[in-house]
Amino acid sequence: MTVIDLYRVPANHVHDQGKIINNFSFKIATRNGTGSQTSNNTILRALFRMGIPINGKNLFPSNIYGLPTWYHIRVSKDGYMGHRNESEVVVAYNFDSFAKDVASVPAGGVLIYPMDDPDSNKKKWDVITTSREDIYIYRLPVDQLVGRLDPAPAQAVKEYIANMVYVGAVAYLFNIDMMQIEAALGYHFEGKQKLIDQNYGLVKIAYEWCEQNLEKVDPYMCQAMEHTYGPNAALMDGNAAAALGAVFGGMQFTAWYPITPSSSVAEELQAFSAKYRHTEDGKATYAILQAEDELAAIGMIVGAGWAGARSMTATSGPGISLMAEFAGLAYFAEVPIVVWDIQRMGPSTGLPTRTSQGDVMFAHYLSHGDTRHICLLPANMEECFKFGWQAFDYAEQFQTPVFVLSDLDLGMNLHVTNKFEYPTTHMQRGKVLTAADLEDIKGNWGRFRDVDNDGVAYRTLPGTDHPRAAYFARGTGHNANGKYSEDPVDWEENLQRLHRKMETARQQLPAPIIQQVEGATTAIVTYGSNEYAVFETLDMLAAQGVQADYLRMMALPAHLDVAEFIKSYDHVYVVENNFDGQMANILCMDFPEIAAKIRKVARCNGLPLDAQWISNTILSMEGK
Amino acid sequence: MGRTKTNAIGLERGDYSYNDSTLCPGCGHNSISNQIMAVAFEESLDQHHIIKMSGIGCSSKSPAYFLGRSHAFNSVHGRMPSVTTGAVMANHTLHALAVSGDGDTGNIGFGQFKHLMRRNLPMVYIVENNGVYGLTKGQFSATADKGQKTKYAGHNPFSPIDLCLEALIGGATFIARSFSGDAKQVRTLLKLAMSHRGTALIDIISPCVTFNDRDDSTKSYHWGKTHRDILNEIGFVQTFDEIAVEYDEGEVQPVQMHDGTWITLKKLTADHDPTNKESAFRVLNEAHSTQQIVTGLIYINTDQPTVVDIENMTDEPLVHLPESRLRPSQAMLEDAMSSLFAAN
Repeated sequence: MTVIDLYRVPANHVHDQGKIINNFSFKIATRNGTGSQTSNNTILRALFRMGIPINGKNLFPSNIYGLPTWYHIRVSKDGYMGHRNESEVVVAYNFDSFAKDVASVPAGGVLIYPMDDPDSNKKKWDVITTSREDIYIYRLPVDQLVGRLDPAPAQAVKEYIANMVYVGAVAYLFNIDMMQIEAALGYHFEGKQKLIDQNYGLVKIAYEWCEQNLEKVDPYMCQAMEHTYGPNAALMDGNAAAALGAVFGGMQFTAWYPITPSSSVAEELQAFSAKYRHTEDGKATYAILQAEDELAAIGMIVGAGWAGARSMTATSGPGISLMAEFAGLAYFAEVPIVVWDIQRMGPSTGLPTRTSQGDVMFAHYLSHGDTRHICLLPANMEECFKFGWQAFDYAEQFQTPVFVLSDLDLGMNLHVTNKFEYPTTHMQRGKVLTAADLEDIKGNWGRFRDVDNDGVAYRTLPGTDHPRAAYFARGTGHNANGKYSEDPVDWEENLQRLHRKMETARQQLPAPIIQQVEGATTAIVTYGSNEYAVFETLDMLAAQGVQADYLRMMALPAHLDVAEFIKSYDHVYVVENNFDGQMANILCMDFPEIAAKIRKVARCNGLPLDAQWISNTILSMEGK
Repeated sequence: MGRTKTNAIGLERGDYSYNDSTLCPGCGHNSISNQIMAVAFEESLDQHHIIKMSGIGCSSKSPAYFLGRSHAFNSVHGRMPSVTTGAVMANHTLHALAVSGDGDTGNIGFGQFKHLMRRNLPMVYIVENNGVYGLTKGQFSATADKGQKTKYAGHNPFSPIDLCLEALIGGATFIARSFSGDAKQVRTLLKLAMSHRGTALIDIISPCVTFNDRDDSTKSYHWGKTHRDILNEIGFVQTFDEIAVEYDEGEVQPVQMHDGTWITLKKLTADHDPTNKESAFRVLNEAHSTQQIVTGLIYINTDQPTVVDIENMTDEPLVHLPESRLRPSQAMLEDAMSSLFAAN
């Protein structure tokens, strides 16, 4: 076997082309359930440790074993952390998706795949690649390299560990620091030396084989960068960040039901709580129950919120649908609860493992009648953590449900983040009357009286030792004292007060983040995880002569600053990851006077928004 | 005017009342509300630590007719168990007294009912069982008899669910049945249920005088009076000393409640041991097929841990914990951060 056998030089010979350093994407195609996520995370972490701006997106199927799965890693010397659809380097390890993966390699790109077994008549992989003379191809004798591992891995783990072969190949071909690969494996296997040695052993075998047998001919290279990240940078996923935030927000009760992609919020809550929320004698300062369904999950947190506990659940679209009735009860009986919605694709079951922002409108108005909910819109890990604790403050201050609208991309993919800031304010427990307070006011109170004219009334908690403390919480019509009432005046006054409460919240929830540039003629309004792509879009637009300002919404009901901002432009683009342009619709309803200025840039295809698509769409609307 | 009688905590009977009932005159539910007030007064219960929980329906409205000094939550249809679970987990010193109906429990809320039994949440769960939906005008519920006829809903072609049997299969630790016309037994079972640690189900046949009180209905006053098997007579013994409990073996059975008190169960019609699951199953199954109403304590298990025990929470209820015990320290955040994969 000669070196020449092992790769084909593409027709448009590019040996002398300049190197492309830290500015391309990898796509790794494997089979779900084969443990490839360990390999993918190892590459991602090593690149991160080399100081290269990265992002990783796991495009996985709703399946435990066997279906195709892809992991995208982008390296960006310019620091763009948004998703890119095109991948110049494709590691194709899955025969089921191989034809599609081969076809996806752009001209001049790189394809890496397992070598056909020379002793077998079935030359199944190579035949598929014959038409691609415009790309660089490297083939890896995967089985042979796994066979060199000493001691030999157990049969059961061979398929898993085989993924380490491409780690070694990618490390060699694209210049990834092997020390960082080893460090990443050490982290993953939590210091378990036997596992580290076995996996790193195979990485090294593959690396050395490539060194001896492959000639590096493609232009793509990684190179360590300095001072990219601050000293506090780390990798985390949004569900873990949310859970950690909730633990530091004093979460007292959680009820949940498993659903992709939110389950890890509850699982991380369990893990962090077990670590940080036990007394010295081992007692828990919280309780977490797995409910029988989402109706029970939200029912439990409504009961706990009513009793005075900081209560939360985490779910996704189908769960939100099931929670609709209770959301209305919590709104109308004015019970503080926190609901994390890790959005996935809808309608219906949709695509459980793909991301979207499709629940914005539904969550904001969830339940029948004139109902409206506070929604917080985290865009990065720090905000997942911050809203993790702050959502409880808002829920208790406004005595109402708070929905935190994260998404699968934020929740389940590793993101670069700065280490989190400890909560800067004390817990805001809202307007609660104690027995002593009731004594002071001689028991003269009514559960829904708007004493402070901000729409938020005073509540008492069950167990308050005062003969006037009790009230009858209900989803039925009630007057200011909480008594059942069918009186039209009572009903209208109650809805007006609830409206007043939402208007109070509108201005007290986090204000939007605004970034303005000289000579801007338009602006982009967006929210949540889109920010990663939109930052890049702003540069792309500027390069085409379109200067755009930027506003990111933090919460619903939308702050009046959002309307003021939009008012000052001829038109703005509302960028979001759903089909209908749901946020644009909400803004048009809340601020009809600016509706004509809003242009929708909305897309829902299961992938995080990418900057190129946003930019192209806006440029075409700009007539460029 | 004579002096009004007060109880051990200085309250009058009237202090345990609330709004006037808006249910139909003669409704069995009203008599159950009366027994709840009577027991609460007699036992000098502290209303501030009782929560009245309900779902939707005639029965679920009834917490508005008793114990006005207790917090109440009239929630959504069939979901009272989940709301109660959250409230009790948040504050396990609260005594949950829940009222549901046969539709609220046996139809729309059947899933939550079964899962509640599985968790053994400490609470009293009263089902006011009349076989029909009253507030929507007389449709059959899941406990209506097969072949039953009513003026409004016509003929019921489906077999009934027996809530006590379902609770038994679901792992319930306290199952009793009564008849709203038997005030004394209702009171006794209420007292007993309140001293049980775990979910205490009392299925009370409570006739709907408007939609389901024909003599041939098993949920009618007539049927309750003529087809009742009273299983046992319950006595309360004011002692913690087992030796002091006098009983004739085979006829009177002593059972120790979680708080240490002893009760005596005098067997009446059937040879039934309420601490034996098979015996409870047999008694319920026979009664179900013969359309007899067996009343009294059907099953009790005082050994099963509750969800509150299992979750190993602080003795102090969660809602009383101050910020200093709920928010971990800055050092703990740093510890959590140090476990991440860091850039340097």
